[in-house]
Amino acid sequence: MASTYSSEKVDYSAAMNLEPVAAADWLIVAPVLVSLIGGAVCLMMRKNTDAQPKLAILFLALLVLVNFGLLIRVLDQGVITMVMGGWLPPFGIAFTVDALGATLSLIASIVAFCAGLYGIVTVGTTGRRYGFYPFLVLLMAGVCGAFLTGDIFNLYVWFEVLLISSYGMLVLGNEKPQLDGAVKYGVLNLIGTNFFLIGTGMIYGVFGTLNMADIAIKMSELDSPASGTLLTIAVLYFLAFAMKAAAFPVNFWLPASYHTPNIVVSAVFAGLLTKVGVYALLRIFVLIMPGSREALADLFALVAILTLMTGAFGALAQSELRRLLGYLVIAGIGSMLAGIAVGTTLALSGAIFYAVHSIIVMTALYMASGIVNMMSGTYDLRQLGGLYQRNVAFAAVFLVLAFAVSGLPPFSGFWPKVLLVDAAFADGRALLGAAILLSGFLTTIAMGRVWIYAFWRGGPEGTPDGESVGPGAATAVAGGRAAGLAGPAVWLPLGILTAMIVYFGLQPEWMLELSTRGAVGLVEPRGYLRSVFGGL
Amino acid sequence: MRTVIFRTIAPYLSALMVLYSIFVLLRGHNEPGGGFIGGLIAASALAIFGIACGVAAVRRAIKVHPMSIAGFGLFMGAAAGVISLFTNQPFMTSQWWPIDLFNVQIKLSTPLIFDIGVYLVVVGAISSIALALEERESD
Amino acid sequence: METGLSILVGLFFAVSVYLMLSKQLVRMLLGIAILGNAVNMSIFVNGRLTREVPPVIPEGLMVPTEVIANPLPQALVLTAIVISFSFFAFLLVLAFRAYQEVGTDDVNEMRVAEPENDPLPPQGY
Repeated sequence: MASTYSSEKVDYSAAMNLEPVAAADWLIVAPVLVSLIGGAVCLMMRKNTDAQPKLAILFLALLVLVNFGLLIRVLDQGVITMVMGGWLPPFGIAFTVDALGATLSLIASIVAFCAGLYGIVTVGTTGRRYGFYPFLVLLMAGVCGAFLTGDIFNLYVWFEVLLISSYGMLVLGNEKPQLDGAVKYGVLNLIGTNFFLIGTGMIYGVFGTLNMADIAIKMSELDSPASGTLLTIAVLYFLAFAMKAAAFPVNFWLPASYHTPNIVVSAVFAGLLTKVGVYALLRIFVLIMPGSREALADLFALVAILTLMTGAFGALAQSELRRLLGYLVIAGIGSMLAGIAVGTTLALSGAIFYAVHSIIVMTALYMASGIVNMMSGTYDLRQLGGLYQRNVAFAAVFLVLAFAVSGLPPFSGFWPKVLLVDAAFADGRALLGAAILLSGFLTTIAMGRVWIYAFWRGGPEGTPDGESVGPGAATAVAGGRAAGLAGPAVWLPLGILTAMIVYFGLQPEWMLELSTRGAVGLVEPRGYLRSVFGGL
Repeated sequence: MRTVIFRTIAPYLSALMVLYSIFVLLRGHNEPGGGFIGGLIAASALAIFGIACGVAAVRRAIKVHPMSIAGFGLFMGAAAGVISLFTNQPFMTSQWWPIDLFNVQIKLSTPLIFDIGVYLVVVGAISSIALALEERESD
Repeated sequence: METGLSILVGLFFAVSVYLMLSKQLVRMLLGIAILGNAVNMSIFVNGRLTREVPPVIPEGLMVPTEVIANPLPQALVLTAIVISFSFFAFLLVLAFRAYQEVGTDDVNEMRVAEPENDPLPPQGY
């Protein structure tokens, strides 16, 4: 046996990509690189709390730019792939970017940029020293990496990167409720990623590869695409990502923890973290395991309906603004799950559009509720009131956000809901379509009540209604916290996000085309596979 | 824990462990060893020093905050991957610069830079957790 | 070989689930640590087992001289160990801090973030 080998040099060229790589192809890894290096630089600057936000915002702006460049390149050239170290898949780790990944990565980086701006006001010197900005930038490394990678184990690693940064952000102030919430968040999410890891180990045991495209090809060559082993893997993945996405039976960690941290941290979490779980569900179940998705479609639909109802009823029963919003995040996840349950191109593009909408609107709503708190010093609906008299423009913006999250026209929540309901009825899942509509209706009630209590009525509970609270009383309530409202730092990010919501509502064509391209790329993955393995 | 023997021996022990951790780090390219395990050894050296002489002494001894060390390591790791940008190769392609020194060939390379980065990340992250735990014990 | 290790993995899972069902936070954390080890071992078994031949190429050669153990699961497990180790360390600090602040390690009594008698929102206007 030993004689067949020699000490001569082995020709590895068949396993390697030796062609020169254009600098433009580096856009594929650029989002991850920018955020890793940015996070590292911010981490080194931890003492300098004045320079840190500026640097972080600079890096986040750069991240938005490279993500934009990446999206344009993907739209121009189709799916693009880069292999780490030149080792061809399935040996090397591949970054494979399609329209879905690039779109979500761009939207996520815009939201992170807005959060960076917003954090200037809400994150004080202590929070900065504890590392809010480095963690925010490193979180983006995890989020972008998860959206762009083409390797299942690498996806797991990016999940952990974003999880460890989110732990750091969650305990920023070291307050009692934060530690309480962080324990629940931490333990539950760690168990979820362990399920993900078991599934990945079994995938490797069955197929001997971890590259998503390679698994998809081997999966399509199987005779029975939903055998017992594969269904086990599918259920493990479903449980793991449902935990990440806070779908119904495993949703309880979200309302337990999302209202505890600094408001800008809640905003980032509500926008980004659950959607990464939804993205992973889309990627795994539609691209890689379509057979298992069909076999589990009824389960998906049931979970989607229950998640929609939990979110909507939970929101109705809350009097704390941030916890109410936490339940609305869950309701949104239900809508996206409904798209995956139906599984047609129409439904999937609805789910992708809804993910984009949900990232923007949930972040904007948490930011707006932070402003509500700065104006009146509380998140409790019973103690809010009279904000309309104090700032009409802000009241209008909040109403826009309330309409958008309920899915009312003419804002960005309307179009994906149309697609989803349409697809659900076309597929014969009337109950699912009805659940989406009912959940939207209940959300309207919940958000309408928030607006009426916090903005429309004259003052908090106990004060005579209709009487102006007056500017003097207002400052007395708000104390010193209203100082942050003077500058543009909180209004600019809220304005950017609201403008996007209005734009996607009035001009949905662009986003519709993007999400349709993303959905088609998932349902007919030839372009994806060709990009990884060359002519197929 | 703070016996005279332990307190006397701990600085020497820590110094030896740090030296050994660097040996493990450098040997890691072709043999068992490497940045992660080396970093763990160095972090435990700092932890021992902290148990013996107090956390404040450790913080004085390493001059910069452990998280800054981790940040620098992360920067080195990411930068090691970027170097191949200038040779028109994919991200993370290894580059080699062998140099001859006293008739011994020393292979400098990007994997080495990456490994040193990993070493620093592990030293920084683990020792900052260890120091945080030791600090709580004392108060 | 695989069968024996599979049984061991199952045992690990059983122990970790039992520990995680406890209401004491420390026991739950121990359960999570064991769960991580169970998962790592199951990945290892999934990569098929070869005895006594480490995937190390002898000096001077470019390829191994005999059938060696599969190095990929070892790399995966190493990554997973690193990650679960650092998470466990972090959670340990977190649990300790939470115990100091909240004053209990009984998860049923950790109701600071979600107060027990949370009043309903206002019903009328």
